[in-house]
Amino acid sequence: MTTELKQKEEVKPELTSAEHPATKYLREERLPHIWCSGCGLGSAVTSLTNAYEKLEIPIDDIGVVSGIGCTGRAAGYFETDSYHTTHGRAIPFATGLKLSNPEMNVTVFSGDGDLFAIGGNHFIHAARRNVDMTVICVNNYNFGMTGGQFGPTTPQGATATTSPYGNYEDPFNLPDLAASAGAIYVARWTSVHARRIQQAMEEALSKRGFSFVEILSPCPTGYGRKNDLGEGIDELKSYQDRTVIKHGSDPGDAEIERDPEAEIVVGKFVEDDRPTYCDVADDYLQGQ
Amino acid sequence: MSTEIEKEKTTEKWPTDQGYLYIREDYCKGCGYCIEFCPQEVLEESEGFNEKGYHPPEPTAIDKCVNCGFCSIICPDFAIWDEKEGSNE
Ligand SMILES: Cc1ncc(C[n+]2csc(CCOP(=O)(O)OP(=O)(O)O)c2C)c(N)n1
Ligand code: SF4
Ligand code: SF4
Ligand code: SF4
Ligand SMILES: [Mg+2]
Repeated sequence: MTTELKQKEEVKPELTSAEHPATKYLREERLPHIWCSGCGLGSAVTSLTNAYEKLEIPIDDIGVVSGIGCTGRAAGYFETDSYHTTHGRAIPFATGLKLSNPEMNVTVFSGDGDLFAIGGNHFIHAARRNVDMTVICVNNYNFGMTGGQFGPTTPQGATATTSPYGNYEDPFNLPDLAASAGAIYVARWTSVHARRIQQAMEEALSKRGFSFVEILSPCPTGYGRKNDLGEGIDELKSYQDRTVIKHGSDPGDAEIERDPEAEIVVGKFVEDDRPTYCDVADDYLQGQ
Repeated sequence: MSTEIEKEKTTEKWPTDQGYLYIREDYCKGCGYCIEFCPQEVLEESEGFNEKGYHPPEPTAIDKCVNCGFCSIICPDFAIWDEKEGSNE
């Protein structure tokens, strides 16, 4: 006891102006960010900056594109080339960026609503064409920014501002959708799997072609509290219990149920190779 | 003649076995992730409040920190991170 006390007295912190390593890629003057306590977005950003750092991608070669939403605000925090596009249009913007600047490493970082409601059509066509980009979807099962409306990934039966009696629609299963549309890399993790997310991002960023990483992430403000998931920390703990890692499994079996105890499949579903949009276009046009 | 404004020293730098643990209290939003998911149980919620009204984490067993970096990646608010001696992370 006394030695313990003594130790506590001995170790004292020094005050410094050091910053979190992620801030190397961020506009520090915009921090602290606006996201709520326990929102999963900030750690998804750190996983991404860690992945850039690990892969040693020069900051000038990175383009981060978002649409609108809480997730969409991410682009505004990046000190890389970054574009905060209109709602749903992150992917077409990113496509243009890639075509005009083929050396650029293009990342789309956006929400379930932005990418799969208003922007759903762009997603399937970029995947079909195999445009070389990494799409990260932070899926918090709702439109967080506008007050918690249900959207295309809200589980059946879940409560949202616009489904006070429970959502009766059938949601998209994002890994299945991405795989069916032609993505060459598809993975899903949750916010509690921060390191796995980083690894998946490293893999996705390294692949040539259309890669997709889904992150199941807490939005305690818009979704968690209304749906028996509690605060962010409760949701993360439930993901520790609920998730089962099944690499290479059929993404068709990766549906998400509202029941906070129902199993959720995570892991890498697809890792494939096929010519990218630019490869095909170059080949074809050379033959003309 | 530097025009750069000197940054405020708001970050606590704690010495660990293999390096340092940093806590920037004013960024913390009290989600508790670092405390809950630190594999070494280094942290506890402090009694004090930061200016946002949250209780930032406090290392109550800093000698157990192994600089695994998990707090750094799970913290959504860039408020806690580590540095291994000899690395420039
Ligand atoms: C054209 C257009 N329609 C609707 C909106 C309103 N709006 C803003 S964000 C948003 C949904 C965002 O949902 P999501 O992408 O899941 O982001 P989250 O806030 O959950 O991170 C909507 C519908 C808008 N800004 N622009
Ligand atoms: S409303 Fe939800 S998604 Fe938006 S910042 Fe808050 S917790 Fe995050
Ligand atoms: S670096 Fe690892 S051991 Fe040290 S406080 Fe953070 S999570 Fe705990
Ligand atoms: S994870 Fe970050 S924001 Fe959450 S309590 Fe720890 S230091 Fe504060
Ligand atoms: Mg959302």
